[in-house]
Amino acid sequence: MRSADRRTIYEKSCCARRAYSLPASDVPELPLEDLVPAGLRRTAPARLPEVSELDLLRHFTHLSTLNFGVESGSYPLGSCTMKYNPKINEVVSRLEGFAGLHPYQPEALVQGALELMCELEQWLAEIAGLHATTLQPAAGAHGELTGLLVMRAYHRAQGRDPQRIIIPDTAHGTNPASVIMAGYEPVAVTSDARGGVDLEALRALLDDDLAGLMLTNPNTLGVFDENITEIARLVHEAGGLLYYDGANSNAVLGISRPGDMGFDVVHFNTHKTFSTPHGGGGPGAGPIAVRDTLAPFLPVPRIGKAADGRFFFEDDRPQSIGRVRTFYGNFGVLVRAFTYIRGLGPEGLRRVSEMAVLNANYVMEGIKDLYDVPYERRCMHEFVASASPLKEHGVRALDVAKRLLDYGVHPPTTYFPLLVDEALMIEPTETESREDLDRTIEALRAVAAEAVSDPEMLREAPLTMPVRRLDEAEAARHPVLRQRFAEDGRSCA
Amino acid sequence: MGRSVTDYVAHSELDVRAMLEAVGADSIDGLFDDIPEAVRRREPLALPTGLSEAEVLGEMRRLAAANTPATSLVSFLGAGVYDHYVPAVVDAVVSRSELATAYTPYQPERSQGVLQTIFEFQTAICELTGMDVSNASMYDAGTALAEASLLAGHQTRRGRIVVSAGVHPEYRQVLATETAHNGPRPQVVDLSVGAATDLEAVRAAVDADTAAVVVQQPNFFGAFEDLAAVAAIAHAAGALFVVVADPLSLGLLEAPGRLGADIVVGEAQAFGNAMDFGGPGLGYMAVTRKLMRRIPGRLVGETVDIEGKRGFVLTLQTREQHIRREKATSNICSNHALNALAALVHLSWLGREGLAELGLLCARKTAYLRQALLAVPGVTAFTAGPVFREFAVQLPVPAAQLVEALVPLGFLAGVPAARFAAQFDGAGDLGGVLLVAVTEKRTRAEMDAFVAAVAAHLASPEVPHA
Repeated sequence: MRSADRRTIYEKSCCARRAYSLPASDVPELPLEDLVPAGLRRTAPARLPEVSELDLLRHFTHLSTLNFGVESGSYPLGSCTMKYNPKINEVVSRLEGFAGLHPYQPEALVQGALELMCELEQWLAEIAGLHATTLQPAAGAHGELTGLLVMRAYHRAQGRDPQRIIIPDTAHGTNPASVIMAGYEPVAVTSDARGGVDLEALRALLDDDLAGLMLTNPNTLGVFDENITEIARLVHEAGGLLYYDGANSNAVLGISRPGDMGFDVVHFNTHKTFSTPHGGGGPGAGPIAVRDTLAPFLPVPRIGKAADGRFFFEDDRPQSIGRVRTFYGNFGVLVRAFTYIRGLGPEGLRRVSEMAVLNANYVMEGIKDLYDVPYERRCMHEFVASASPLKEHGVRALDVAKRLLDYGVHPPTTYFPLLVDEALMIEPTETESREDLDRTIEALRAVAAEAVSDPEMLREAPLTMPVRRLDEAEAARHPVLRQRFAEDGRSCA
Repeated sequence: MGRSVTDYVAHSELDVRAMLEAVGADSIDGLFDDIPEAVRRREPLALPTGLSEAEVLGEMRRLAAANTPATSLVSFLGAGVYDHYVPAVVDAVVSRSELATAYTPYQPERSQGVLQTIFEFQTAICELTGMDVSNASMYDAGTALAEASLLAGHQTRRGRIVVSAGVHPEYRQVLATETAHNGPRPQVVDLSVGAATDLEAVRAAVDADTAAVVVQQPNFFGAFEDLAAVAAIAHAAGALFVVVADPLSLGLLEAPGRLGADIVVGEAQAFGNAMDFGGPGLGYMAVTRKLMRRIPGRLVGETVDIEGKRGFVLTLQTREQHIRREKATSNICSNHALNALAALVHLSWLGREGLAELGLLCARKTAYLRQALLAVPGVTAFTAGPVFREFAVQLPVPAAQLVEALVPLGFLAGVPAARFAAQFDGAGDLGGVLLVAVTEKRTRAEMDAFVAAVAAHLASPEVPHA
C-alpha cells in the first residue's frame, strides 16, 4: 500500500485513447459552422482524460482501495451517524420507475412518486411530532436555512420582525452560518455544568428581538437537555420559535419527539438518521417538518391530494417563502429514506435508537477510565471524550485519531464540540456488533497505552496508510486545486 | 422481536443483556432516564408496521409501477434535466462502497480515494468552463446561483444583481428566496425577439450599484447569448459577470472563462446522473483565481506528506462553516460528491473527443427536429436559431394540450413554458410556447413520427389521435 500509484487520471491519459462509443448520426451532418456562431465556438478543447474503459475502471477501483467506508470497518464519527446503508435502498432507488422520471412529466404519469413523497412527508411529521413537511431542502444546512426563512415569514405575518437567533456554544457550525444566510443575527448561549443550555444565561438573552433558538437535543455532547420544556416555555413566552437541528435524531426515534418537546421546526438529515449513504460528502436530503401554524410558509411546490385520490403539485401558496431548490428536492435520496422507514416501521425505528444509545454507553463505559468524559452521566447516541489526560505525554486528540487509522477504526470527530478540550466525539451507531464495539474500545485503549509507552510514534502516526501525515499548511499557502498540464495539453510522454 | 422487520441491528437478546450489564443499566428503558417523562413517548409512532426486505421491495415496485418514466417513452423533455445515456462504468464506480458510504474526507490519510476524485472533478470543471478554481460541488444550479449572488455582493459591496429572464425560472426563484434577507436584490431584464437577452435592457439596468450580471448559456429557451458583449457591459460598470452554463454544451461552445466570466455555475446532471425526478442532480461552481478565497463549499488541494509523497487534502477551510461558523462564506456542508464522481466517470469515459462528438450529435439532431417542426403548418420559431440541444416553438394551440394529447401515442412532446408563466411577468402569453429538447438517444425515426403526430394534432386538435 505504501507504494500506491498516485497519478491522476489525467496523468494516465495518452494519445487520444478512448472509452466512449456513440450512435452513428442518422440525421444530416451539418458542419459545426452552421450549428454554432463563430464567436461562440470552442477554440481549445477541454483537456479531459483519454483512457480505455478498463484503464478507467482500474483507476477508480484503485482509488476506492485508498478510501474507507462503512463497509470497510467501524466509523464512529460523532454527529455523522455512520450507520449501515442497506443495499435494498440502492436497488429500489435505481428502479426505472423512479430513476427514469423527468421532473416536468405530466402529473398523471408520476402518481407513484407523488404518493411516495406525500407519505414520506406524513411519516416525517409523525416522527417529528409536528404537522407538515417539505422534502425540498437538499441537505441539513439547507434545511436550516429553509426553516429560518419560514420562521421569519411567520414572524412577519404576525406583524413582527425580530432579528436575533440564540444558539448554544455546543451547536454545529452550520447553525450560525445558516443564521447569517437567513439575514439574522446569531447570539451564543453558554452551557451549564451538565452540558445543557444554561437557563440563567438564556433568560438574560430573552427580549423583544428574539426570533428563535436553534437547538440539538440530544446536543453535540451527546446529552439530553432535561430542561427542554422550560427552555421551550421561555423562548415561546418571549415570542420566539424553537428550531430543532435533527442531526442527532438517531437517539430519539419513537422515544421522544421534538414537537412534543416544544420545537416548532425540525430538520432531518436523511443521510444520517435514515440510512442514505454519505457519498464521500453527499448527496443528502434535509427535509423539514413544522408546526401547523408555520405550514402556510413552507416552500413551494407543496404536494396535495385531491378528493378522488389523485396527487398534485400546488404552487399557489401566497404566504410561502418561495422555492428553495429546483424541482422537488433530492428525490433519489428520499426514495432510499422511504424504503428504510417502510422496512423498519415504528418498532424498528425505536429499536434503532435504543441500540444506538446502548452502543454509545457501552463504548463510553469501555474507555472512561483512560479518557476524560467531561459530562459523566448517561449519554445518548454519542458521547464526547477528551484526550486531555494524554497531553502530559505530548499526545493530542489529533494523534489519537491518526493512530486509530492504523488500527483499522475510523477516528471519531475531533476538536468538536469546541467547549471540550481535545474533544473526541464518538458515535458508534446501532448497526455495530458487540465485537466491532469491542475492537473500537480496544483500539482506543491501545492508543492510550501507546501515549505513555511510545508518544513519539503516536505523533508520527499513521504508519500504515497510503500516505503519512499531509502538509495541510502548505496546501493552504500555495493552493494547487487542479491538475496542471504540459504545454501541449496532454500529460503523456 | 422476530425478523419480520428489517432493522439491521447486529445484537441478539443475549448481546443486549450482556451490554446492559456492562453499562450498569437495568433495562433499555433505563438508558433514557434523562428524558423527562413529560416528553417521553410511550405509544408507538403512527407509521405502517415494518416489513421484511422482500415485502419492502414489493411495495416499492408497486409505487415505481404507478409512474410512467420518461425513459420508457419518446421524450423531448429538458429544461434543466436531460436524458443522456449513462455508460455502465458509472454505476460500477459509484457503487464501490468505499467511495459511496464514506463521509466527507475529514481524515485525509484514509480518504485519498475521495479526495483525489474531487481533485480530478475540480480539474474537469475548470477545463470545461475555462475557470481557475472549481469547488467540490453544490446541490443544484439554483442554490449555486444564489451563492454566486452572495459572493458577488461580498466582493463588490454592491446592492443589486441584474439577471436575464433567460436564466431558468426556477433558478431565479431559488435565488430570490435564498437571498431575500441577505445579499444583492435581483432585477430581471427581458429577452428580445428570438429569446436571447436584450443587451440594451442589460445596459440600461446596470449601474454603479450592480454587483453582477447573470445570463445563462444556452439560455432557458435554448438561445445563444453573446457572452463577450454582456461581459463588457458588466465589467465596464465594475460588476462581476456570472454565467449559468450547461456544461454538456461546452464541448462545442467556447469556455465562459475565455469570454469574460468571473463566476460560472450550473447543473451537471447530464453527466453520469439519472434524471431522478430532478434530484439529486449536480450543481457546480467555478471562479477566477481572484475570487478563490470567497468560493463556498469544499475545495481539495494537492500537497505532500512528511515523506514528500503526493497526497490530497481539504484546503482553504477557513472559508467554511465548521471552522468559521458565522463568519463562513456559506452554510454549505454536505454537497453532491457522489454525483460529482458520477460526472467525473462519465466525462473520463467520453474524453475530450467524445464530449465534442456528443455535443455535435445532439446539435445536429436538434437542428433536424427544429427544422422539421417549423415546417409543420402553424408552428413558428420562438427561439431564433442556431440552437444546441433545446429550443422553443410557438404553437397555435396551448402547449400543455399538445403534450397531453401526445402521451397516449408514446411521446413526451416537451415542457410547456406556461408552467413558469409567473416568472415571466410581462413577457406576453406563453400558452403556446413549447420547450423541446433532443439528446443523442432520439433517433431520426422517432423524430419523424413525433413531427407527424404534432402535425396531425394541429390539423384537428379536438380529435384524439390515439
